[in-house]
Amino acid sequence: MKISKAAAAAAVAVALSLTATACGGSKQDAASDGGASGGAKDKIVVGIKYDQPGLGLKTPDGKYTGFDVDVATYVAKELGYEPNQIEFKQAVSAERENLIANGDVKFVVATYSINDKRKEKVDFAGPYFLAHQDLLVRADDTSITKAEDLNKKKLCSVTGSTSAQNVKTKLAPEADLLEQGGYSECLTGLENKAVDALTTDNSILAGYAAQEKNKGKFKLVGLSLSNENYGIGLKKGDKELQTKINAALKKMVEDGSWQKAVDKNLGPANFKSEPAPQITEGS
Amino acid sequence: MFDFLDSGQYDVLGAFWVTVQLTLYSAAGSLIWGTALAGMRVSPVPLLRGFGTAYVNLVRNTPLTLLVIGCSLGLSQTLKINLGGDSFKEIGFRLAVLGLIAYTGTFVCEALRSGINTVPVGQAEAARALGLSFFQVLTLIVLPQAFRAVIAPLANVLIALTKNTTVAATIGVAEAALLMKEMLENEAQAVFAVFAVFALGFVLLTLPTGLLLGWVAKRVAVKR
Repeated sequence: MKISKAAAAAAVAVALSLTATACGGSKQDAASDGGASGGAKDKIVVGIKYDQPGLGLKTPDGKYTGFDVDVATYVAKELGYEPNQIEFKQAVSAERENLIANGDVKFVVATYSINDKRKEKVDFAGPYFLAHQDLLVRADDTSITKAEDLNKKKLCSVTGSTSAQNVKTKLAPEADLLEQGGYSECLTGLENKAVDALTTDNSILAGYAAQEKNKGKFKLVGLSLSNENYGIGLKKGDKELQTKINAALKKMVEDGSWQKAVDKNLGPANFKSEPAPQITEGS
Repeated sequence: MFDFLDSGQYDVLGAFWVTVQLTLYSAAGSLIWGTALAGMRVSPVPLLRGFGTAYVNLVRNTPLTLLVIGCSLGLSQTLKINLGGDSFKEIGFRLAVLGLIAYTGTFVCEALRSGINTVPVGQAEAARALGLSFFQVLTLIVLPQAFRAVIAPLANVLIALTKNTTVAATIGVAEAALLMKEMLENEAQAVFAVFAVFALGFVLLTLPTGLLLGWVAKRVAVKR
């Protein structure tokens, strides 16, 4: 009796450890498939922003909304992944290159402007959106119509962002520039009249202006202070994926989903977006 | 790998100079404010003691980021209290110094209070017996001995303060952490090199501080 009990216990232990290792093994396989080859239709990890309303936003109930999210979902679908097979991962600006290079994400759709320095480390597909640096002002403010007007104004942008640097070096070096940690802080200042304008890409501004709580309070000035071509970042040298994503983007524009996504996410701010840009990367 | 430093686009030394300025102004301010707080906490007046205790416990346990952003959003942008600054650059710097003093002062106070505890009670009793007032006992007898005992802890507070100045970047003070953010935005292909430059910068600022004040602490300590 005693012996059989011990044997049973041992058998259970062996069985448990076996299933445990089997579990670990299969999990690892799934992870490497999703991250590397894309051959197995298991899961795809996509990098997006979590904090930009209208573009990439994680809502308190854990859903993802925004134009970038819609583009990512469409592209993933063209690559053969259903929406429930997509796993979104936060890609803050400074970490995008590393996430891609390390293979933590398959691709990144996160207001990612294509430029030469970034191309040293990653490749791009697209562009899928052409944004311009623009200004957001209070809805009743008519004193700012061109970039030079800023030299006597108080301006807000996010610490270290390209837009803030543009203002300091090119657009309006004499403007009184306040750099805040996030755009929400800037909006508070704009509402309190502590600053006169908020500057960054018009797509991001439109996203904030289109938020339910901000409706009617702010307006876009409609300047084109710079050209930002948003691309989809992917691993350097992955020509196959690049071609596939480019094809998906082309299809998205042709079948009207692209325009629909723009209207849905950025439309409420009376934002006139540029037409979909020509795809230039990888051709 | 470090070629971004040669482009002339980034004023790394200038940014660290702002860090040093922030540190020095805040250090001077928090030494004064901290000493005043310590005086309150050991004073015979219950109201002052209560205020000192409440302030230290409240502010010390509030995240510095919250204090600094509170200065910017609350004082400057909402109440329009700009401490006499004209541009956001000036206002931001002054607000950051204010926030850092408010926060660091509590740590100076607590360090000093532990120093006061090292002074034998007999010293204060003897001083009182000579007819000195509380203020005289504190400033002439107790604090000078207390300070000599807490040079090393104060050095730690100073080092922490140096590193805490990076929080000022959140309200747009153009110090080292803000420049690092700018460089990360532009030079993301060299993230680790950028990081290394700034990490090294802070080590160069804090290590000598620690060594120097450690040496001073040994020299001036009261042997009991």
